[in-house]
Amino acid sequence: MATANNDLRHTNGHAKYKVIGTRPVRHDGVDKVTGRARYGADIHPSGMLYGVVLRSPHAHARIRSIDTSKAASTPGVRAIVTNKDLLDPGNRMVELGEGAVNLRHLNHNVLAADKVYYRGHAVACVAADSIHIAEQAAALICVDYEVLPCVTDVQAAMDPKAPLLHADLFTEELGKIGTKPSNIAKHFRFEKGDVAAGFSKAKFVVEREFKTSTVHQGYIEPHNATALWNPDGHITVWCSTQGSFTVRQQVAELVGVPISHVKVVPMEIGGGFGGKIRVYLEPIAAVLSRKTGAPVKVVMSRADVFEATGPTPGSYMKVKLGVDAAGLITAGEAQIAFEAGGFPGSPVGAAAMCVFACYEVPNGKIDGYDVVVNRPQMSAYRAPGATQAAFAMETVIDEVCEQLQIDPLEFRLKNAAKEGTRRVDGPVFPRIGMYEATLAARDSAHYKTPLTGKHRGRGVASGFWFNIGLKSCCTATVNADGSVSLVEGSTDIGGSRTSIAMQLAETLGIRAEDVVPAVVDTDSVGYTDVTGGSRVTFATGWAAYEAARDIQRQLINRAAQIWERKTEELTYQDGGVSGPNGLRMTFQELAAEVQKHGEPVVGRGAVDPEGCGGAFATHVVDVEVDAETGKVEILRYTATQDVGTAIHPSYVEGQIQGGAVQGIGWALNEEYFYDAQGVMRNSTFLDYRMPTALDLPMIDPVIVEVPNPGHPYGVRGVGEVPIVPPPAAIANAIYRAVGVRMQELPMSPPRVLKQILAAIHTSSPRH
Amino acid sequence: MRDFDYSAPTSVAEAVRLLNQSPGAGRPLAGGTDLIDQLRLGRHQPELVVDIKRIPELNVLELSSRGLRLGAAVPCSRIYSDAGIAQEYAALVDSARIIGGVQIQNRASVGGNLCNSGPAADSTPSLIALGARAVIAGPQGTREVPVEEFCTGPGKNVLHRGEVLVELRFPPRPANSGSHYRRFIPRNEMDIAVVSVGALVELDASGERIKSARIALGAVGPTPLFAREASSGLAGRSPTVETLTEAAQAAQAIATPIDDMRGTKEFRRHVTGVLVRRVLEECVQRARHPA
Amino acid sequence: MAKKRVVSTTINGKSIELLCEPRQTLLEVLRDNLDLTGTKEGCSNGNCGACTVLMNGRPVVSCLVLAMEAEGASLETIEGVAQGGDLDPIQQAFLENAALQCGICTPGFIMSTKALLTENPNPTEQEARFYLAGNLCRCTGYDKIIRAVLDSAQRRQAALAAERQHS
Repeated sequence: MATANNDLRHTNGHAKYKVIGTRPVRHDGVDKVTGRARYGADIHPSGMLYGVVLRSPHAHARIRSIDTSKAASTPGVRAIVTNKDLLDPGNRMVELGEGAVNLRHLNHNVLAADKVYYRGHAVACVAADSIHIAEQAAALICVDYEVLPCVTDVQAAMDPKAPLLHADLFTEELGKIGTKPSNIAKHFRFEKGDVAAGFSKAKFVVEREFKTSTVHQGYIEPHNATALWNPDGHITVWCSTQGSFTVRQQVAELVGVPISHVKVVPMEIGGGFGGKIRVYLEPIAAVLSRKTGAPVKVVMSRADVFEATGPTPGSYMKVKLGVDAAGLITAGEAQIAFEAGGFPGSPVGAAAMCVFACYEVPNGKIDGYDVVVNRPQMSAYRAPGATQAAFAMETVIDEVCEQLQIDPLEFRLKNAAKEGTRRVDGPVFPRIGMYEATLAARDSAHYKTPLTGKHRGRGVASGFWFNIGLKSCCTATVNADGSVSLVEGSTDIGGSRTSIAMQLAETLGIRAEDVVPAVVDTDSVGYTDVTGGSRVTFATGWAAYEAARDIQRQLINRAAQIWERKTEELTYQDGGVSGPNGLRMTFQELAAEVQKHGEPVVGRGAVDPEGCGGAFATHVVDVEVDAETGKVEILRYTATQDVGTAIHPSYVEGQIQGGAVQGIGWALNEEYFYDAQGVMRNSTFLDYRMPTALDLPMIDPVIVEVPNPGHPYGVRGVGEVPIVPPPAAIANAIYRAVGVRMQELPMSPPRVLKQILAAIHTSSPRH
Repeated sequence: MRDFDYSAPTSVAEAVRLLNQSPGAGRPLAGGTDLIDQLRLGRHQPELVVDIKRIPELNVLELSSRGLRLGAAVPCSRIYSDAGIAQEYAALVDSARIIGGVQIQNRASVGGNLCNSGPAADSTPSLIALGARAVIAGPQGTREVPVEEFCTGPGKNVLHRGEVLVELRFPPRPANSGSHYRRFIPRNEMDIAVVSVGALVELDASGERIKSARIALGAVGPTPLFAREASSGLAGRSPTVETLTEAAQAAQAIATPIDDMRGTKEFRRHVTGVLVRRVLEECVQRARHPA
Repeated sequence: MAKKRVVSTTINGKSIELLCEPRQTLLEVLRDNLDLTGTKEGCSNGNCGACTVLMNGRPVVSCLVLAMEAEGASLETIEGVAQGGDLDPIQQAFLENAALQCGICTPGFIMSTKALLTENPNPTEQEARFYLAGNLCRCTGYDKIIRAVLDSAQRRQAALAAERQHS
């Protein structure tokens, strides 16, 4: 059922569903348009103190000593903490929900121990009566640094002569630990088939090198944390996070209390995109509160967010692709090196798994390198690693298509991964929608409309992201008025209260508006993993479905008692319980009835589903290049995507549009610009240059629905994959517009112009 | 933010007195869109901030046959909301419309933009092109400085301690002239100029020959630059593509750009040529076909 | 420390006297002194528009205004947009067009939109994009925001027309 349409707006696209596919106003909407919604930085518990973090001005230095005496004696200063105030959790790995982390590295990242590894690395934190006093006092802390040479580039860091970040980091080389310290934390390989034989069958072989820049998630809300450490040893943390339970775990580990002593209250969150999973400020606020006995709030500045939270890595990549005369891929080879930042753990593994995943690649070899550099510790960012990999692979494909003289979407249709395709890294795909998403792009009004005009070009590219399942819980209480109070643990980052409530409503046959969803703290709901990996509508939606099924069973039991029938004779359908001889009570009637007699009806759903199903997207973009300045204008943009089932089409479209625009930002301007001292020179929204409203056209989403057989309503994750195709699609469009192949991100005006001028120079040497 | 005191005088004399009296540095505040950020970053650490927006002379906006008087504290949005100014001083309005976003334009003043003396200031090339003069009040009285001589380095200018920029005075627009300001930025708004060009072109009555021109460049030197030779070289010539390209090359010759996160030297030099040509073309268009 | 001063101002139609330090920005005072936390802090250097409020009817970024400067001014924040228990048509249009995801930029966008529609009741898409370029959104890609703004304009026109017919 591939429905490509833009007209779902006020209609229900699914004949078989009553709620799914409609577009109700989100439950938290009024709070958010009136300014009533409370985000992390919006709370002021009485007696609150303000914390300010002192950060390293150096990219790489040894800390000889920290003298806090002057700061501590400033009137109004209540406490100062350094790494010594955190518990050393030991050299252990823990799973954060979208990637594992070494706890000792996490500890050293929260507050530097003996060394700082990047400019902006937190060193100490002051709590004071006002933000201004805390700022002034932080400036009075004397840190004696031994400044060390730094290395910020991934290729330079791999050089054996490069400055060494960690004396105790030995390369894990294809599973074996090396003997000499190095900045290469890990080298791994995936192999399938016989690569040499594959390339020997190829008629066309293209091999190219690529570089991409560090890019930040760019959420508008800075990180924040407020903590109160009670004298009984119980800690309350208010923060903006993608995962309240992972914050609970990280805080407990870093301050040395059992998880049951930490209650995390997830406030509304102003964007995350993967960057608000790892903790930065929460443990600091907690230990400051322990020292002062008062609640302490710490909020980052925008520069702190850029310099000291976890962006996505810059990369160096090489991709080689072989294709036979019939246009089928015979072999692929990739080398991918990612910046990990100051500590190991970049998403290079995911990049390696994604690079060839859109296609049937019979013979493949992929090498991945995780490399530490003097940049902030990289973190998850929307389909981590996939966008970088797709930039390389999808532009190589474009060159192959040019040699083959085949339409690039036809090539993708011909080689598309499908059910049964085995990825180079091993797993076999279940039913997926790469083919359908690409077909929708080929058949889109956009692709069928010829593009005319000077220096204009059209490009296409595809992308893949796994999505994840993980644990989710919901409880649902039936109210006497026929509504349901739905309690959930997934922090709502973009309308998920509604997409979860709609699945409960569909299952019970009630209206979405009759569900009252609430995101609650970690003491008030069962364990729930992060809002990430495009999992919430899939997994927490499934938990809501299970809670609704639980309610159905209980209501059948109650109806059976009322009617004095056996439960086997009754069914739950069309929003009520039906039995023989026209017996029927609606959900509303039963809700009122059960309130009068007997125990309340409370449903529970607790899931840890497999089978999230991969997501595929194909994008089409038209650009115009100013050939005299290298500036690229996006003229038209269409994004097709297999979403499984669109629960709330408006928010599905919103994810597609937002993801595509972030990808456009990566493509054109976004980058971390470092000087030779390892100082980021553009840590403001002014110079980091995310797209504004004026930089974009409308983004046309085309929703393709290949229901995921691994979910009761066919849901696939939606949020991440739309960021994957844009940089490659735009690079391919630039080539069509002005004849230059861009192999480095961002494709900023100076870079594009340089290529254009070089091309002019090559084609007419006397020019 | 470091501690400071605040005062909002209502006369120029009072402002000058306060700025001189302050034992540490006093700092005038107009729209605050540069200053407040600099205070937060500790780049300026004044003991007294003197809010000059309540002084009548600094809020003058007066268009007459004698030209334009623009008070130093007048926000950009007041400038571009005035249809008369838009017609007579198009380059100034081009600048005022693109300094920051709308929220910034409701606060930021052209006077403040000049006093902040950034090499990439969006209004300064227009002021130079339009022949504006800065009227400065100080303890010793009032003096006037042509805007092209106002900035002396990045963040530096001819103002002495205790002096205040009161207004900018523009001569009347010459007959058959057109002016334009344009900058190159990677985005379409909310950016600092990578290269910018302001120009005024005066044609003869036939519209076929250039009588005079003034070209100014931004972001390609330590201060905004008046491209004197490129400008004077246009006098008496027909505004053909060749002529304008020659002027663009002459302007490129005075550019001494740097490499930074906003662009490379080579890129800036190249784009200077492109922009000068484009801006001059637009000036000629405007001179021939006034809005 | 410089003495705290009393600032007399009007916020959402209410006269208020504030005691604040000269170095406090309007944003800080709104959020920390008055608990009007609907005005958001995104960057504190005027580049994101999340802290947009109307000062004497015009949008400004409150992170680049000193509280002292509010003396005698009339301020409007997101908390003052809905009147008498009813949402403003702009707020309604944002909801129905799904023009928000995380919602942190939404108050700023609504304030800017209000100013835009006062200045230009019937903007084109390009005019709306230009006017709102000072407000960053990282979630939506702006598509649905721009649609909501254009829809708001129509709703306002319709409301005005209905009012005229009524009177």
